[in-house]
Amino acid sequence: MPDSHARRDVLLAERLAEIRANRPQMDTELIAEVVRAVLTTMSDDLSVHDTALLLEVEELGRTIAAAKQEIAALKVDDITGCHIPFATDELDAIVAHTATATNAILESCETLDTVASTVAGEAADRLQDATTRIYEACSFQDITGQRISKVVTTLKTIEEKVARIIATFGHKTAALPAVPSAALTPEEELLNGPQLPQQAMHQSDIDKLLASFD
Amino acid sequence: MPIDKSMNVLIVDDYKTMLRIIRNLLKQIEFNNVEEASDGAEALSKLRTGNYGLVISDWNMAPMTGLQLLQEVRADSRLKQTPFIMITAESKTENVVAAKAAGVSNYIVKPFNAETLRDKIEKVLGHA
Repeated sequence: MPDSHARRDVLLAERLAEIRANRPQMDTELIAEVVRAVLTTMSDDLSVHDTALLLEVEELGRTIAAAKQEIAALKVDDITGCHIPFATDELDAIVAHTATATNAILESCETLDTVASTVAGEAADRLQDATTRIYEACSFQDITGQRISKVVTTLKTIEEKVARIIATFGHKTAALPAVPSAALTPEEELLNGPQLPQQAMHQSDIDKLLASFD
Repeated sequence: MPIDKSMNVLIVDDYKTMLRIIRNLLKQIEFNNVEEASDGAEALSKLRTGNYGLVISDWNMAPMTGLQLLQEVRADSRLKQTPFIMITAESKTENVVAAKAAGVSNYIVKPFNAETLRDKIEKVLGHA
Protein backbone atom coordinates (compact mmCIF):
# COMPACT_ATOMS: atom_id res chain seq x y z
CA MET A 1 0.00 0.00 0.00
CA PRO A 2 2.76 2.57 0.84
CA ASP A 3 4.26 1.87 -2.62
CA SER A 4 0.97 2.65 -4.33
CA HIS A 5 0.69 5.93 -2.31
CA ALA A 6 4.20 6.97 -3.39
CA ARG A 7 3.45 6.15 -7.02
CA ARG A 8 0.18 8.11 -6.82
CA ASP A 9 2.03 11.11 -5.35
CA VAL A 10 4.61 11.01 -8.11
CA LEU A 11 1.89 10.83 -10.77
CA LEU A 12 0.03 13.71 -9.17
CA ALA A 13 3.20 15.82 -8.93
CA GLU A 14 3.94 15.09 -12.59
CA ARG A 15 0.40 16.06 -13.60
CA LEU A 16 0.58 19.32 -11.65
CA ALA A 17 4.00 20.14 -13.13
CA GLU A 18 2.60 19.52 -16.61
CA ILE A 19 -0.34 21.85 -15.93
CA ARG A 20 1.98 24.53 -14.57
CA ALA A 21 4.23 24.29 -17.61
CA ASN A 22 1.40 24.41 -20.12
CA ARG A 23 -0.92 26.85 -18.40
CA PRO A 24 0.93 29.37 -16.19
CA GLN A 25 -2.41 31.14 -15.66
CA MET A 26 -5.01 29.82 -13.27
CA ASP A 27 -7.40 27.48 -15.04
CA THR A 28 -10.29 26.61 -12.79
CA GLU A 29 -11.47 23.63 -14.84
CA LEU A 30 -8.08 21.97 -14.63
CA ILE A 31 -7.94 22.67 -10.91
CA ALA A 32 -11.37 21.10 -10.51
CA GLU A 33 -10.20 18.11 -12.57
CA VAL A 34 -7.18 17.65 -10.31
CA VAL A 35 -9.34 17.93 -7.21
CA ARG A 36 -11.72 15.32 -8.60
CA ALA A 37 -8.78 13.05 -9.39
CA VAL A 38 -7.46 13.45 -5.86
CA LEU A 39 -10.86 12.67 -4.38
CA THR A 40 -11.36 9.65 -6.63
CA THR A 41 -7.98 8.13 -5.94
CA MET A 42 -7.58 9.01 -2.28
CA SER A 43 -11.03 8.76 -0.81
CA ASP A 44 -10.19 5.41 0.78
CA ASP A 45 -7.38 7.03 2.78
CA LEU A 46 -9.23 10.11 3.93
CA SER A 47 -11.10 10.78 7.10
CA VAL A 48 -14.69 12.04 6.98
CA HIS A 49 -13.43 15.52 7.86
CA ASP A 50 -10.83 15.50 5.08
CA THR A 51 -13.38 14.27 2.56
CA ALA A 52 -15.81 17.03 3.52
CA LEU A 53 -13.03 19.59 3.16
CA LEU A 54 -12.02 18.33 -0.25
CA LEU A 55 -15.65 18.25 -1.37
CA GLU A 56 -15.87 21.89 -0.41
CA VAL A 57 -12.72 22.61 -2.41
CA GLU A 58 -14.25 20.81 -5.36
CA GLU A 59 -17.46 22.81 -4.94
CA LEU A 60 -15.38 25.97 -4.86
CA GLY A 61 -13.73 24.93 -8.11
CA ARG A 62 -17.16 24.36 -9.66
CA THR A 63 -18.37 27.76 -8.43
CA ILE A 64 -15.36 29.47 -9.99
CA ALA A 65 -15.92 27.61 -13.26
CA ALA A 66 -19.61 28.59 -13.22
CA ALA A 67 -18.69 32.22 -12.49
CA LYS A 68 -16.28 32.12 -15.40
CA GLN A 69 -19.03 30.83 -17.70
CA GLU A 70 -21.47 33.45 -16.44
CA ILE A 71 -18.94 36.23 -17.03
CA ALA A 72 -18.32 34.90 -20.54
CA ALA A 73 -22.09 34.82 -21.13
CA LEU A 74 -22.29 38.48 -20.11
CA LYS A 75 -20.03 39.33 -23.05
CA VAL A 76 -17.88 41.55 -20.87
CA ASP A 77 -15.64 42.15 -23.88
CA ASP A 78 -18.52 44.23 -25.24
CA ILE A 79 -18.33 46.51 -22.20
CA THR A 80 -14.77 47.60 -22.90
CA GLY A 81 -14.90 47.17 -26.65
CA CYS A 82 -18.25 48.75 -27.37
CA HIS A 83 -20.46 50.06 -24.55
CA ILE A 84 -18.00 52.30 -22.69
CA PRO A 85 -16.39 53.81 -25.82
CA PHE A 86 -19.93 54.43 -27.13
CA ALA A 87 -20.95 56.12 -23.87
CA THR A 88 -17.85 58.35 -23.77
CA ASP A 89 -18.32 59.30 -27.44
CA GLU A 90 -21.95 60.19 -26.74
CA LEU A 91 -20.93 62.31 -23.75
CA ASP A 92 -18.29 64.09 -25.84
CA ALA A 93 -20.98 64.76 -28.44
CA ILE A 94 -23.26 66.22 -25.75
CA VAL A 95 -20.49 68.64 -24.73
CA ALA A 96 -19.86 69.61 -28.36
CA HIS A 97 -23.57 70.13 -29.12
CA THR A 98 -24.26 72.15 -25.99
CA ALA A 99 -21.19 74.30 -26.74
CA THR A 100 -22.51 74.98 -30.25
CA ALA A 101 -25.99 75.77 -28.94
CA THR A 102 -24.63 77.98 -26.17
CA ASN A 103 -22.51 79.95 -28.61
CA ALA A 104 -25.54 80.45 -30.86
CA ILE A 105 -27.50 81.75 -27.85
CA LEU A 106 -24.62 84.03 -26.88
CA GLU A 107 -24.39 85.41 -30.41
CA SER A 108 -28.09 86.31 -30.38
CA CYS A 109 -27.68 87.78 -26.93
CA GLU A 110 -24.81 89.97 -28.11
CA THR A 111 -27.07 91.21 -30.92
CA LEU A 112 -29.72 92.10 -28.35
CA ASP A 113 -27.06 93.94 -26.34
CA THR A 114 -26.13 95.94 -29.41
CA VAL A 115 -29.79 96.79 -29.98
CA ALA A 116 -30.13 97.75 -26.31
CA SER A 117 -27.35 100.30 -26.72
CA THR A 118 -29.39 102.06 -29.43
CA VAL A 119 -32.48 102.56 -27.30
CA ALA A 120 -32.91 104.54 -24.11
CA GLY A 121 -34.84 104.47 -20.88
CA GLU A 122 -36.74 101.55 -19.43
CA ALA A 123 -36.60 99.52 -22.64
CA ALA A 124 -32.79 99.58 -22.59
CA ASP A 125 -32.70 98.56 -18.93
CA ARG A 126 -35.14 95.70 -19.49
CA LEU A 127 -33.19 94.47 -22.48
CA GLN A 128 -29.94 94.55 -20.54
CA ASP A 129 -31.50 92.74 -17.58
CA ALA A 130 -32.72 90.03 -19.95
CA THR A 131 -29.36 89.60 -21.65
CA THR A 132 -27.60 89.51 -18.27
CA ARG A 133 -29.86 86.63 -17.18
CA ILE A 134 -29.10 84.82 -20.46
CA TYR A 135 -25.33 85.26 -19.98
CA GLU A 136 -25.62 83.93 -16.43
CA ALA A 137 -27.69 80.95 -17.54
CA CYS A 138 -25.27 80.10 -20.34
CA SER A 139 -22.54 79.35 -17.81
CA PHE A 140 -24.34 75.99 -17.40
CA GLN A 141 -22.28 74.80 -20.36
CA ASP A 142 -19.03 75.15 -18.44
CA ILE A 143 -20.41 73.35 -15.38
CA THR A 144 -22.01 70.52 -17.36
CA GLY A 145 -18.82 70.15 -19.39
CA GLN A 146 -16.80 69.71 -16.20
CA ARG A 147 -19.36 67.27 -14.77
CA ILE A 148 -19.34 65.21 -17.96
CA SER A 149 -15.53 65.11 -17.87
CA LYS A 150 -15.79 63.61 -14.37
CA VAL A 151 -18.25 60.98 -15.64
CA VAL A 152 -15.95 60.10 -18.56
CA THR A 153 -13.05 59.65 -16.12
CA THR A 154 -15.24 57.34 -13.99
CA LEU A 155 -16.26 55.32 -17.06
CA LYS A 156 -12.62 54.91 -18.04
CA THR A 157 -11.84 53.63 -14.54
CA ILE A 158 -14.69 51.10 -14.84
CA GLU A 159 -13.42 50.08 -18.28
CA GLU A 160 -9.96 49.44 -16.84
CA LYS A 161 -11.35 47.36 -13.97
CA VAL A 162 -13.57 45.30 -16.29
CA ALA A 163 -10.57 44.66 -18.56
CA ARG A 164 -8.70 43.38 -15.52
CA ILE A 165 -11.57 41.01 -14.64
CA ILE A 166 -11.60 39.69 -18.21
CA ALA A 167 -7.84 39.19 -18.09
CA THR A 168 -8.12 37.30 -14.79
CA PHE A 169 -11.03 35.00 -15.68
CA GLY A 170 -10.65 34.83 -19.42
CA HIS A 171 -8.29 32.73 -21.46
CA LYS A 172 -7.74 34.97 -24.44
CA THR A 173 -5.41 37.50 -22.90
CA ALA A 174 -2.68 37.32 -20.32
CA ALA A 175 -3.37 38.84 -16.93
CA LEU A 176 -2.59 42.52 -16.95
CA PRO A 177 -0.01 43.74 -14.49
CA ALA A 178 -1.51 45.65 -11.61
CA VAL A 179 -1.47 49.37 -12.27
CA PRO A 180 -0.82 51.30 -9.10
CA SER A 181 -2.95 54.39 -8.65
CA ALA A 182 -0.89 57.42 -9.54
CA ALA A 183 -0.10 59.46 -6.45
CA LEU A 184 -1.67 62.89 -6.69
CA THR A 185 0.34 66.00 -5.99
CA PRO A 186 -1.13 68.45 -3.44
CA GLU A 187 -2.03 70.65 -6.41
CA GLU A 188 -3.86 67.79 -8.18
CA GLU A 189 -5.75 66.90 -5.02
CA LEU A 190 -7.39 70.32 -5.23
CA LEU A 191 -8.80 69.64 -8.71
CA ASN A 192 -12.19 68.12 -7.97
CA GLY A 193 -14.44 70.02 -10.36
CA PRO A 194 -18.00 71.03 -9.54
CA GLN A 195 -19.51 69.55 -6.40
CA LEU A 196 -23.07 68.26 -6.30
CA PRO A 197 -25.45 71.04 -5.22
CA GLN A 198 -26.13 69.47 -1.81
CA GLN A 199 -22.39 69.19 -1.12
CA ALA A 200 -21.14 72.42 -2.64
CA MET A 201 -20.31 75.53 -0.64
CA HIS A 202 -22.40 78.50 -1.60
CA GLN A 203 -20.96 81.92 -2.40
CA SER A 204 -22.09 83.17 1.01
CA ASP A 205 -20.14 80.35 2.74
CA ILE A 206 -17.05 81.24 0.73
CA ASP A 207 -17.45 84.92 1.60
CA LYS A 208 -17.61 84.01 5.29
CA LEU A 209 -14.58 81.76 5.00
CA LEU A 210 -12.55 84.46 3.25
CA ALA A 211 -13.66 87.06 5.79
CA SER A 212 -12.45 84.79 8.60
CA PHE A 213 -8.87 85.30 7.38
CA ASP A 214 -9.09 89.12 7.70
CA MET B 1 -12.50 106.80 -5.14
CA PRO B 2 -14.31 105.83 -8.37
CA ILE B 3 -13.15 102.69 -10.13
CA ASP B 4 -11.21 103.25 -13.33
CA LYS B 5 -13.19 101.14 -15.76
CA SER B 6 -10.82 101.89 -18.63
CA MET B 7 -8.21 99.58 -17.10
CA ASN B 8 -7.11 96.45 -18.92
CA VAL B 9 -8.71 93.32 -17.52
CA LEU B 10 -7.29 89.86 -18.25
CA ILE B 11 -9.77 87.00 -18.13
CA VAL B 12 -8.40 83.45 -18.07
CA ASP B 13 -10.40 80.29 -18.77
CA ASP B 14 -9.94 77.20 -20.93
CA TYR B 15 -13.65 77.24 -21.88
CA LYS B 16 -14.08 79.74 -24.71
CA THR B 17 -17.79 79.98 -23.91
CA MET B 18 -16.96 81.05 -20.37
CA LEU B 19 -14.54 83.70 -21.63
CA ARG B 20 -17.30 85.02 -23.87
CA ILE B 21 -19.80 85.12 -20.99
CA ILE B 22 -17.43 86.92 -18.63
CA ARG B 23 -16.38 89.36 -21.35
CA ASN B 24 -20.04 90.24 -22.02
CA LEU B 25 -20.86 90.60 -18.34
CA LEU B 26 -17.84 92.87 -17.90
CA LYS B 27 -18.95 94.90 -20.91
CA GLN B 28 -22.36 95.36 -19.29
CA ILE B 29 -20.68 96.90 -16.25
CA GLU B 30 -18.57 99.07 -18.55
CA PHE B 31 -15.25 97.27 -18.51
CA ASN B 32 -14.52 97.36 -22.22
CA ASN B 33 -10.78 96.71 -22.31
CA VAL B 34 -10.83 92.98 -21.80
CA GLU B 35 -8.23 90.52 -23.02
CA GLU B 36 -8.37 86.75 -22.89
CA ALA B 37 -6.03 83.84 -22.15
CA SER B 38 -6.90 80.14 -22.29
CA ASP B 39 -4.58 78.91 -19.54
CA GLY B 40 -2.21 80.08 -16.83
CA ALA B 41 0.91 80.01 -18.98
CA GLU B 42 -0.61 82.20 -21.69
CA ALA B 43 -1.97 84.55 -19.03
CA LEU B 44 1.41 84.87 -17.34
CA SER B 45 3.05 85.68 -20.65
CA LYS B 46 0.46 88.41 -21.32
CA LEU B 47 0.75 89.80 -17.80
CA ARG B 48 4.54 90.04 -18.07
CA THR B 49 4.39 91.95 -21.32
CA GLY B 50 1.27 94.03 -20.72
CA ASN B 51 -0.32 96.28 -18.18
CA TYR B 52 -3.41 94.93 -16.44
CA GLY B 53 -5.42 96.35 -13.57
CA LEU B 54 -7.32 93.14 -12.80
CA VAL B 55 -7.04 89.40 -13.42
CA ILE B 56 -10.11 87.17 -13.37
CA SER B 57 -9.11 83.52 -13.64
CA ASP B 58 -10.55 80.04 -13.64
CA TRP B 59 -8.72 77.43 -11.52
CA ASN B 60 -8.98 74.13 -13.41
CA MET B 61 -6.81 74.60 -16.50
CA ALA B 62 -3.81 72.87 -18.05
CA PRO B 63 -0.85 73.03 -18.25
CA MET B 64 -0.76 75.85 -15.68
CA THR B 65 -3.70 76.04 -13.29
CA GLY B 66 -5.25 79.22 -11.96
CA LEU B 67 -3.66 78.57 -8.57
CA GLN B 68 -0.21 78.23 -10.11
CA LEU B 69 -0.85 81.42 -12.08
CA LEU B 70 -1.80 83.22 -8.88
CA GLN B 71 1.38 81.97 -7.16
CA GLU B 72 3.50 83.16 -10.10
CA VAL B 73 1.79 86.56 -10.08
CA ARG B 74 2.34 87.02 -6.36
CA ALA B 75 6.01 85.97 -6.71
CA ASP B 76 6.65 88.53 -9.45
CA SER B 77 7.78 91.89 -8.09
CA ARG B 78 6.07 93.83 -10.90
CA LEU B 79 2.80 91.90 -10.81
CA LYS B 80 2.38 91.02 -7.16
CA GLN B 81 -0.02 93.87 -6.36
CA THR B 82 -2.37 93.04 -9.26
CA PRO B 83 -5.89 92.30 -7.99
CA PHE B 84 -6.71 88.67 -8.72
CA ILE B 85 -10.20 87.14 -8.60
CA MET B 86 -10.62 83.38 -8.90
CA ILE B 87 -13.85 82.22 -10.60
CA THR B 88 -14.12 78.48 -10.30
CA ALA B 89 -16.34 75.46 -9.77
CA GLU B 90 -13.84 74.26 -7.12
CA SER B 91 -15.84 75.03 -4.02
CA LYS B 92 -14.24 72.93 -1.31
CA THR B 93 -12.96 74.61 1.81
CA GLU B 94 -9.40 73.46 1.08
CA ASN B 95 -9.56 75.20 -2.31
CA VAL B 96 -10.61 78.50 -0.78
CA VAL B 97 -7.95 78.15 1.92
CA ALA B 98 -5.24 77.35 -0.66
CA ALA B 99 -6.29 80.29 -2.83
CA LYS B 100 -6.28 82.63 0.15
CA ALA B 101 -2.85 81.37 1.22
CA ALA B 102 -1.60 82.08 -2.31
CA GLY B 103 -2.89 85.65 -2.07
CA VAL B 104 -6.20 85.65 -3.95
CA SER B 105 -8.08 88.95 -3.75
CA ASN B 106 -11.52 87.36 -3.95
CA TYR B 107 -13.16 84.07 -4.86
CA ILE B 108 -16.31 83.46 -6.89
CA VAL B 109 -17.86 80.02 -7.16
CA LYS B 110 -19.49 78.89 -10.40
CA PRO B 111 -22.28 79.13 -11.34
CA PHE B 112 -22.26 82.83 -10.46
CA ASN B 113 -24.41 85.77 -11.35
CA ALA B 114 -23.63 89.23 -12.67
CA GLU B 115 -24.41 90.82 -9.32
CA THR B 116 -21.78 88.70 -7.56
CA LEU B 117 -19.20 89.51 -10.23
CA ARG B 118 -19.88 93.24 -9.98
CA ASP B 119 -19.85 93.13 -6.17
CA LYS B 120 -16.50 91.30 -5.98
CA ILE B 121 -14.86 93.55 -8.57
CA GLU B 122 -15.97 96.63 -6.67
CA LYS B 123 -14.67 95.18 -3.38
CA VAL B 124 -11.32 94.18 -4.88
CA LEU B 125 -10.69 97.37 -6.83
CA GLY B 126 -11.97 99.46 -3.95
CA HIS B 127 -9.24 97.93 -1.79
CA ALA B 128 -6.55 97.87 -4.49
